[in-house]
Formats: sequence, structure tokens, C-alpha cells
Amino acid sequence: MDSTIIIEKGVFIVIIFAITMLMAMYSTLAERKIAAWLQDRIGPNRAGKGGILQPLADGLKLFSKEEFLPDTPNKFLFVVGPAISMSVALMTSAVIPWGDKLHLFGRDIVLQATDIDVAILYVFGVLSVGVYGIMIGGWASNNKFSLMSAMRAASQMISYEIAMGLSIIALLMMEGTLSLREISANQSGMHWNVFYQPIGFIIFLVCSFAETNRTPFDLAECEAELIGGYHTEYSSMRMGFYLFAEYASMFISSTILSVLYFGGYNYPGMEWATQNWGVNPANIIGIVVLFIKICFFIFFFMWVRWTIPRFRYDQLMRLGWKILIPLAIANILVTAVVMLLLQ
Amino acid sequence: MSIETISLSGRKKEVSNKKMSFLESLYLVAIVKGLFITIKHLFTRKVTIKYPEQVRPMSPVYRGQHMLMRDEEGRERCTACGLCALSCPAEAITMKAEERKPDEKHLYREEKYASIYEINMLRCIFCGLCEEACPKQAIYLTTSKKIVKANYERDEFIYGKDKLVMPLEQALNNTKLKTAN
Ligand code: SF4
Ligand code: SF4
Repeated sequence: MDSTIIIEKGVFIVIIFAITMLMAMYSTLAERKIAAWLQDRIGPNRAGKGGILQPLADGLKLFSKEEFLPDTPNKFLFVVGPAISMSVALMTSAVIPWGDKLHLFGRDIVLQATDIDVAILYVFGVLSVGVYGIMIGGWASNNKFSLMSAMRAASQMISYEIAMGLSIIALLMMEGTLSLREISANQSGMHWNVFYQPIGFIIFLVCSFAETNRTPFDLAECEAELIGGYHTEYSSMRMGFYLFAEYASMFISSTILSVLYFGGYNYPGMEWATQNWGVNPANIIGIVVLFIKICFFIFFFMWVRWTIPRFRYDQLMRLGWKILIPLAIANILVTAVVMLLLQ
Repeated sequence: MSIETISLSGRKKEVSNKKMSFLESLYLVAIVKGLFITIKHLFTRKVTIKYPEQVRPMSPVYRGQHMLMRDEEGRERCTACGLCALSCPAEAITMKAEERKPDEKHLYREEKYASIYEINMLRCIFCGLCEEACPKQAIYLTTSKKIVKANYERDEFIYGKDKLVMPLEQALNNTKLKTAN
């Protein structure tokens, strides 16, 4: 291990961190804009040109609000809750392959913070810690609505994690690896997994909605019944962290969806571009392509949010346990049979 | 035909509570349909009116900010009779009368005029009764085509003659238009 690799990775991590933050920030604006457009409005357009500075204004507003601490015996946990949510949402990005590699300063720079060979397990592990942020926050708020919302979020996440895990197994059987880099590389030349695993993709997509607590699965924030949900008692930037974490995890979920099922940084004609234009341009296009895919999925998340209403709690549980899990298991079986037949 | 199935409008739909099939219970088909409906709205014309820059045309009978009228020669019509203040259900109007000097004939139509005329826009309910009460057709709510603007200070809502009296140019313009017709 020479020191250059530490600098290289350090710089890379800072860039990724900044990009994640930026994407999360602008997702808030995008959400409001898309909500407005889908409802025949024009959305926020006063801060900056076309509302481009709106996220900054929102952030400034959150920062300048009073930091209110409710009368709770768990002051420490109350502060830790949003911190966990936020750090978990940011941690997942460490294993995402953002691109193949760049050839800079006479060395190959791998566009990934770390290529661990159990990347998918890592992602799942980190994602399931995310529920602690909500649980702890809701618990420490000393408010029955927050607690109820936290319980809902926890049971929802646990239920959907099973279906999510099962849906990914079929994919892993085909890929034969847990490393996201290898999965990305395997999908080169339009062998995108979504064409081979459409059912798995749909299950995974639905579960990502549930995991990120987005509509139609945002029962944890059900205003009609639970005031604001687990962040009812939060104010100022702690509240901002929760909201921010939601957008950051939406960004990460979109990234994972693109990497697992939509070929990651691969695009049609990538080999041709590598041969004719060289490694760097081809891979820079790859990064751009990956971000286009991510943006599409973020848009999709919002599009769905402003289309369908929230599920009822029993519908949510029925969908998770009675439909998605059997479907995922059937998908595994069919995949296995087809793989055996093709051998 | 039983009474439940009769539909006078022809638009009545029976609610069915039948059990959903497996495909329906996935909600996927319905969701995709819904997504197509919303995406269409992404491209439709937006109905928002960007207010301060863009204003909606006002109806000719819209009761907005009051205007103290001038006559054809640009003289103020109000004679400070106080009938508007009496008729006002919200007690929004106050005024102080003054006698017209001989050299002010070109300014005021009647021998008595209002040296101070104030409407408290916070009290006013824009009922238009002042307009109906006025014997001199001196106050109208429909001509200014203005909405009383929001403000941070309560004092600012007491509108004096400086804000209420019709601008002289407007009066002269009106006269010009009338003679042209
Ligand atoms: S509009 Fe009605 S409330 Fe307002 S000043 Fe005239 S009479 Fe009073
Ligand atoms: S506005 Fe009309 S009613 Fe009111 S004081 Fe003047 S003349 Fe009289």
C-alpha cells in the first residue's frame, strides 16, 4: 500500500460525498418541481433562476430554526437518531462502482471507493441499519405518534428486506459473484440484468420504495394519522438530517437499481468507444450514463409518489408477505430451472 | 328495473366489491395506468399565474381598492358629506371637511371638500356600500382595478387621499375619450 493510493481514494471519497450531498440537495428541489409539474403547476421559481437556489434557501432556513429538544429522558439517543440515518445513507456509496477506470497521471484509477467482494451483503447490512435511525429517533422522542411511526417503519423495513434479499438471490445465481464491480462488468454489451430478471427487478424496485420509505410505502410519515411520523418532535437541522437522509438514500437506491439491473456504467457501443476514442472518454461517458440512469430512477421515485396514494397498513403487509415473497421464491426456482436446462 | 339500477343521468356506476384476482392484487396494472395519466400532465399547459408579474384580468364589477373620482374637468367630486362614512358597516372611513376658497374652484367641484379622507383598509370589508351611498358619485371600488397590497405595518393600511384620489392624468384621459366618442 503506497501513500498515493490513500490520496487517490481520499480524493475520490470526498468527491463521492460531495456528489451524494449535491444530488440529495437538488432532489428536494426536483421533488417539488416534479410534484408541481405533475399537478399542472410550475413549482418554486423565486430563489434564483427557475428556483435553482431553492435548496440553499431551504437549508439556510432549517439551520436558522430553533433547535428544540423535547422533554425526553433519552437526550443522547434523540441526537444520535438523525446522525445514524444520515451516516447510513451516505455509507452505502462506498462500494458503488461509478465507472470502470480512468487512466490519469500514468496510473489506472478505479472509480470505486472500495471493491469488497461481498459488496451486496455490505449494502444490505448497511441499509438494514438505517431502520435504527428511525427507531431510535422515534423512541427517544417520547411521543406516542413518533413511536408508533417508528414501529411501523421497522416492521415495514424488516418485511420488505426479506423480499428484497430473495429477489436478489436469483440475480446472484446468474452472476455468481457478490462484487458490484464484477456484476457491472458482466453486464457489458447490453446484457443488462433487467432483461434476464424482469420479475426480480420489479420485486426489487417495489422493495426499494419500501426501504426508502417513499410513497406508496411512507406509512411511517402518514400525516393523517401520525402527525409527522418519527420526526414529529424534531426541528432545525436534526429534522433536516432526516429529510436529507431520505433523499440521500433515494439516490443510493437509484444507484443500486441502476448498477444491479440496468448495467451500471455500461452503455451500448462502449467497446467501440473504448477502441476508437480511448479509455478515458469512453469511461467518462460511462459515468455520465450511470448518472442519467440514476436520475431516471430518482425521477421515477417522484413520479410514483405523485401518482398513487399511500397504502393501507394491512395492504402493505399483505403485499410484502403474501405476494412479493412467494413471487420472489418462484422467481428463484424458475431461474434455477432455466439455468440448469441451459447448462 | 329495480330502483337501484335506475340512473337518470346515465352516469351511475355500480360499485363492485368482488375479490381481486392475483394480478389485480399486485396493483401493478393499475399503477402503470396511473403513471401514464400523471406523465401526461407533465406536458400539459401549466395553469399557474405568476402573480406579481402576471395579473389575472379583473371582472368589471370586481370591488378592489377605492378611488375618489374626479369629474370631467379634473375636479374632485367628493363634498365631504359623510354619507359614505355613515353607511359603512365597518366604520372604515373618516374625513375632515373644509370650505373651498375662491381660488380653488378648479380643484374642487363643490363648495365644501374633504381635506382629509382616510379609509382603513384593515377594517374595510369591500362591501361597496360607500359607493352606493355617495350622492356625488365620488367614490368607486371598481375603477381602480387594484387589490389592496399586503404590508408589514398596520399604519400603512390607512389610505389617505394621496392613495385614493384618482390621478389627474387619468381624469383628463377619460374626458378626452368621452369627447372623442
Ligand atoms: S367598501 Fe364597505 S366597508 Fe369598505 S369603506 Fe366602503 S362601506 Fe366601508
Ligand atoms: S365620497 Fe361621497 S358620500 Fe363620501 S363624503 Fe364624499 S361625497 Fe359624501
